Amino acid sequence: MQLPPALHARLAGAPGAAAPLPVQRDSLAGNAPFRFAARQVRFPREHEFFEDGDVQRHLYLQDVITQVAAEPERPRVPEFTCQVAGCCQAFDTLEDYEHHYHTLHGNVCSSCKRAFPSGHLLDTHIQEWHDSLFQILAERQDMYQCLVEGCTEKFRTSRDRKEHLVTHHLYPADFRFDKPRKGRRPASQVSTEAIGEDRAPSEGDAMEVCSEQAEAHSEPPRERRVYSHRIPSTVCFGQGASRGFKSTKKRSKRQ
Amino acid sequence: MWSGRRGLLRSSGCGVEELRCRRREREAALRKARREQQLVSKRLLRDEATEEAEGGCVVVILGEAEIQEFLRLAQRGTEEKERERALVSLRRGLQHPETQQTFIRLEGSIRTLVGLLTSNQALLQLEAARCLHELSHSEQSAVAEACLPATSYLLTYLSGHSSDFIELCLYTLGNLIVESEAVRRQLLPQGIVPALAACIQSPHLTVLEALGYALSQLLQAKEAPGKIIPLVLGSTLPQHILQLLQPGPKLNLGVAVEFAWCLHYIICSQVNNALLITQGALTTLGLLLLDLAAAVQRTEDAGLELLVCPVVRCLSNLLTEAAAETVGGPMQLRDERVLAALFILLQFFLHKQPSLLPEGLWLLNNLTANSPSFCTSLISLDLIEPLLHLLSVSNVVSVLVLTVLCNVAEKGPAYCQHLWPGLLLPTLLDTLALSDTEVVGQSLELLQLLFLYQPGAAQAFLQQSGLQALQRHEEVAQLQDRVHALQQTALHG
Repeated sequence: MQLPPALHARLAGAPGAAAPLPVQRDSLAGNAPFRFAARQVRFPREHEFFEDGDVQRHLYLQDVITQVAAEPERPRVPEFTCQVAGCCQAFDTLEDYEHHYHTLHGNVCSSCKRAFPSGHLLDTHIQEWHDSLFQILAERQDMYQCLVEGCTEKFRTSRDRKEHLVTHHLYPADFRFDKPRKGRRPASQVSTEAIGEDRAPSEGDAMEVCSEQAEAHSEPPRERRVYSHRIPSTVCFGQGASRGFKSTKKRSKRQ
Repeated sequence: MWSGRRGLLRSSGCGVEELRCRRREREAALRKARREQQLVSKRLLRDEATEEAEGGCVVVILGEAEIQEFLRLAQRGTEEKERERALVSLRRGLQHPETQQTFIRLEGSIRTLVGLLTSNQALLQLEAARCLHELSHSEQSAVAEACLPATSYLLTYLSGHSSDFIELCLYTLGNLIVESEAVRRQLLPQGIVPALAACIQSPHLTVLEALGYALSQLLQAKEAPGKIIPLVLGSTLPQHILQLLQPGPKLNLGVAVEFAWCLHYIICSQVNNALLITQGALTTLGLLLLDLAAAVQRTEDAGLELLVCPVVRCLSNLLTEAAAETVGGPMQLRDERVLAALFILLQFFLHKQPSLLPEGLWLLNNLTANSPSFCTSLISLDLIEPLLHLLSVSNVVSVLVLTVLCNVAEKGPAYCQHLWPGLLLPTLLDTLALSDTEVVGQSLELLQLLFLYQPGAAQAFLQQSGLQALQRHEEVAQLQDRVHALQQTALHG
């Protein structure tokens, strides 16, 4: 299939449409027994017309295992340790360090040192744990925000929120990032939390978000709740470690 | 300038013939699956470099006791390295289907794995995620579905910052998505669409490619047109996808391939293509087509057809939308460079992937059917002869070529004048010698138009023994009426 040499030049040239030649149809065109009519065609997803292309696509997907091998090898560097105060993890690849940093030092609450998997959860935690204004407002309006990104529902209590997470979003009832504060959970929850939580490294435990006591059946007295927020349950060295790579989301004014 | 991409093939110790044979088998299996509407493929992300460093990839089948021991060490080992090593051993064992089966039947195994996944030990987290990934890749539904308890966490981690980890989570999710409708019925309320919409803003190419893969799996689902595509169209995903398909130095082939296929699944489901057009889809895809034609001339890159195919499909289907016809709109596709690009790509298909020629010609049909301007361009850019050269490829291709020629001819004498004489007559006589009814039928249609609009065409036809060529088909049911009509016209004018 020989293409005219000027074609490549045209491709590289300026945009433009040809001035159309005059159209002049005869009414006999396409008349029976003939049937041609110029028309655009559309094909739906399962049409057999797409079979060849679809098969090629899937061969490509299945081939990926051979692709990964062609990727450049991760360079190993001389072992180094994490520079964050109090952390002495060692690494020999930058990727491992990146993951460590983001997991443990990335979204860290400067009040209680807890680490969170995302800025969204960190923000929610700060608001619900360290903001007394939040507690005051929560008495009068729905303040507990749904944890699922994109869902704008708010709830009166964290228990209601959990209910919503489970029934509406099909989250597990023991979702790790929606646990009541340590020390106040009922005995029945202990077993589920034992897994993965039996060590308490210096960075503080897990990633609890919700602050409400799980055993609360009615609203706890106002003073008690405010009081418990003023004294964090883990010691804060007060260095005010920065939150690392944090987004520009709005912060609550108080620590 | 296309950024580098991973090579498609790698020698794995198998002979070339064996590779070809395996590929043919896989292709046959995929065709069968597609006909049964069961086309499902999973991606496996395995870091071969690390595996080789770990001492070869001999996959060991682990028994119950060994699995339990590894889990115990991972969970309660005293030393960091010891815990990691245990998980690595488990992960390698999980590459084998038997280990996978044993694992999922062990009580509490998934629970422990999910606990490790959500622990704050970064490297354990990564290894646990790799274990889940191996499970997600299984062809056994029971194994893949065993990963369900982890999905809410996988989604939560998508809004984190560690690109390797996010990539792994995305490929795992993509594998799970394709597993069954039950899985998707869980993932949708868990917020997978908003999670992906947030994650698509990542600057990391590896993350984007993984996201495109996961999204393409979601959009390919049977229930997608009704349940998933409306959600996707209502999010910010389409705008981001179109942005990622903008041609230019930042375009990455691997990423573009995934999102082009996403766009194809959305468009061919015909849910709300008008919305995509208002977001500039036609313009973006048109420019991308130009870019692809230029790239195809520059590099020998095997793999460009993986992107050309979905782009062609998207354009072709979008052109049929009413919104595409709005006269004078900036969103309309009118640039004749698109035609130039398409022919360069048709030539490329001819050499690299002839099975894609029909799709390219389908786009050509949709461009020319209602457009005097594009038909004129076909003539002024000297593309009629190259088109005729495609007539010998296959019956399907021939029918499409003849259809495009009819698109030009039906616009009247000014157009037929330029189709004549050239190669058209001898070529038509050749096609009349064929036996495929559809090819011959389309040739007859073209002849009628030529007889009607081009003075002297019938005469020339007679002189070249056209009547004899027609006689062959006098008894064929679908053709006889038209054959007789043409014979009459040729003889009596």
